[in-house]
Amino acid sequence: MKIGVLVSEGPYTHQAVDSAYKFVTAALAAGHEVPRVFFYHDGVNVASRLSVPPQDERHIQQNWTALAKEHGVDLVVCIAAAQRRGMLDANEAERQGKDANNLAEGFRISGLGQLIEMGIQTDRLVTFGD
Amino acid sequence: MSDVKKFLYLNRRAPYGTIYALESLEVVLIGAAFEQDVSLAFVDDGVFQLTKGQNTDGIGMKNFSPTFRALGDYDVQKLFVERESLEERGLSEDDLIEVVYEDEDDDWEEKPAIRVISRAEMADVMADADVVLSF
Repeated sequence: MKIGVLVSEGPYTHQAVDSAYKFVTAALAAGHEVPRVFFYHDGVNVASRLSVPPQDERHIQQNWTALAKEHGVDLVVCIAAAQRRGMLDANEAERQGKDANNLAEGFRISGLGQLIEMGIQTDRLVTFGD
Repeated sequence: MSDVKKFLYLNRRAPYGTIYALESLEVVLIGAAFEQDVSLAFVDDGVFQLTKGQNTDGIGMKNFSPTFRALGDYDVQKLFVERESLEERGLSEDDLIEVVYEDEDDDWEEKPAIRVISRAEMADVMADADVVLSF
């Protein structure tokens, strides 16, 4: 089955993103396809490569980056939600005249159309949120 | 686009206090370009999103309720509001803004987009949807 995943709560504050990660890992292990995970609302904060959790805690962003690298999952961060919350890739930072960017490897910033497209192209859309 | 799915945007939260309602509406507006079968549902505190006379001057937030009235122009024709949620909050249909769409199958006559339905009917609306985006 082709499964799309929507993450709509932020890392460490809420379990949604951890549950989503475990779900995607399990779905892939069971032979399902997970072509894309879409990050919305505070979920976009998962993509910050400046996150430095204590060493004895899980590193949420690095786990997702590794998952994207290993399984080719398309990790998409909503641009409108990201810009509100200070999440920029190098291109956006330059376009907006900002002196830094923080998007981690394996993630890309794109529009909400990617969420709708995921809903159209997958058999199920599973939301992890509140 | 050949395959049309039924998208249901489920709005459960008050318009202000959290960003969910505003960012839900942003998805609806973008999603309208994909020519899918779109419905919006309003339950629990989500019914406050459609109330008349919203004034956000005191909280430094944009009042985005007028945007709902433009949904007809985006070919969004179905806004389901749960009657029990209204009643539990001391609201009735008269407290809601007017949203209309032009019915292309009826000589472009303007028709109300808001339909107040029961909780049981709302369950059917949800069961009927292919994709439910819950905010």
